[in-house]
Amino acid sequence: MGRASKSERDSRNSTIVVPYRRIDPRSQPPYLYPPYRLTISRAPRKPLIVLPHTLSEVTGPVFGHEEVGETDNDLTRQHAGEPLGERITVSGRVLDGDGRPVPNALIEIWQCNAAGRYRHRIDQHHAPLDPNFTGAGRTLTDAQGNYHFVTIKPGPYPWENHPNAWRPSHIHFSLYGTAFATRLVTQMYFPGDPLMPFDPIFNSVRDERARQRTIAKFDLNRTEPGWALAFRYDIVVRGQEATPFERRK
Amino acid sequence: MSAGNRSAKRLKLTPWCTVGPYFAVCVTTELCIPQLAGPEIKGERVKLICSVFDRNGACVPDTLIEIWQADADGKYNHPADRQTKSIDAAFRGFGRQITDASGACEIETIKPGRVPGPRGALQAPHLEVGVFTRGVLKRLATRIYFAGDAANSECPVLALVPKSRRATLMAQPVAGQPGTWRHEIHLSGPIETVFFEV
Repeated sequence: MGRASKSERDSRNSTIVVPYRRIDPRSQPPYLYPPYRLTISRAPRKPLIVLPHTLSEVTGPVFGHEEVGETDNDLTRQHAGEPLGERITVSGRVLDGDGRPVPNALIEIWQCNAAGRYRHRIDQHHAPLDPNFTGAGRTLTDAQGNYHFVTIKPGPYPWENHPNAWRPSHIHFSLYGTAFATRLVTQMYFPGDPLMPFDPIFNSVRDERARQRTIAKFDLNRTEPGWALAFRYDIVVRGQEATPFERRK
Repeated sequence: MSAGNRSAKRLKLTPWCTVGPYFAVCVTTELCIPQLAGPEIKGERVKLICSVFDRNGACVPDTLIEIWQADADGKYNHPADRQTKSIDAAFRGFGRQITDASGACEIETIKPGRVPGPRGALQAPHLEVGVFTRGVLKRLATRIYFAGDAANSECPVLALVPKSRRATLMAQPVAGQPGTWRHEIHLSGPIETVFFEV
């Protein structure tokens, strides 16, 4: 080992990759979950091939403040008037599995309006669009991993999965994190929603405790008196293995 | 600190969930990035026509395709890439586009260079690809390689894929249209695309 030339050592050091920890499958939904009907025609059936992490997986798009505009994290201020509905704030932290904050993570959210209608060409739900609500937001986490959105509480809506199927109220979250390996798209639900037990998408996460992690917490301390109720939703993305330096100890 | 203590402290991950049918509310046309490389970026031009199909061979519209790739020299625009190569700083290497009613989308980029793989062996030029659509509960991760590239036969990652399935990862050149490549992603079925556990 000690005989490697300096250029050989440089070359080796420059290609060292610190992999991300493998994901415990119990924390995740399967691809095939027949109660969610569309998975039957869209879930792969062959086993996934385990990819050892290379530079391609431990790198990913880097985002900066130029990505986000002033009202991007306030979905109630994107039009001339205010949207109808129950004004809320949704905030929390993005942490990795070791509890370290993930700074500068781009978070994108999207949701339907208070009546349960998305501003999207294929949403035919017989509920009104709100001219003052688009339903999309984005923000970057700060140095401590904190994020904050102002929006209105989305309504439930019917869908075609099974007779009398309704989605519980939810907000979609998309995060890039630090690498291709840390990508996460999820949905945040509201505590006490009576539709959750009947929703195959919510229930596709089979582990009860994992499922509970997709439900926001009502946070009385953060409510803004006379103005908005507050929900807290912390998000945990994968952490990295110990670095080679740590391993040697 | 022992490994046991470390894992006891660990936070549990937030579960994945499908993007649902309406994510285009979020990834609006102006937030799509179908062109990864403008004319100022160094490298061999690639126009990629990507089509998505389900288990029955039906096309899958409203699917988000995400691309992550290295520049023409095989360097990623990211701090974890510590290769001593100089970087094409104007090339970010990130793109995303949504499939149309025919289940297809077009992405314009450059062919990436080779990047090191396990134990330093060079990988063949490839794009990292994420596929997101309703009915898919978590990202499908795959890769796109370029059919006919001499490096494919020595790529340490392709070597992990059974020979009979490697063709599902190969974009094919379109005859008579230099620089245009076609790639099919089959979510399921007899010619199911190879997906990776990342």
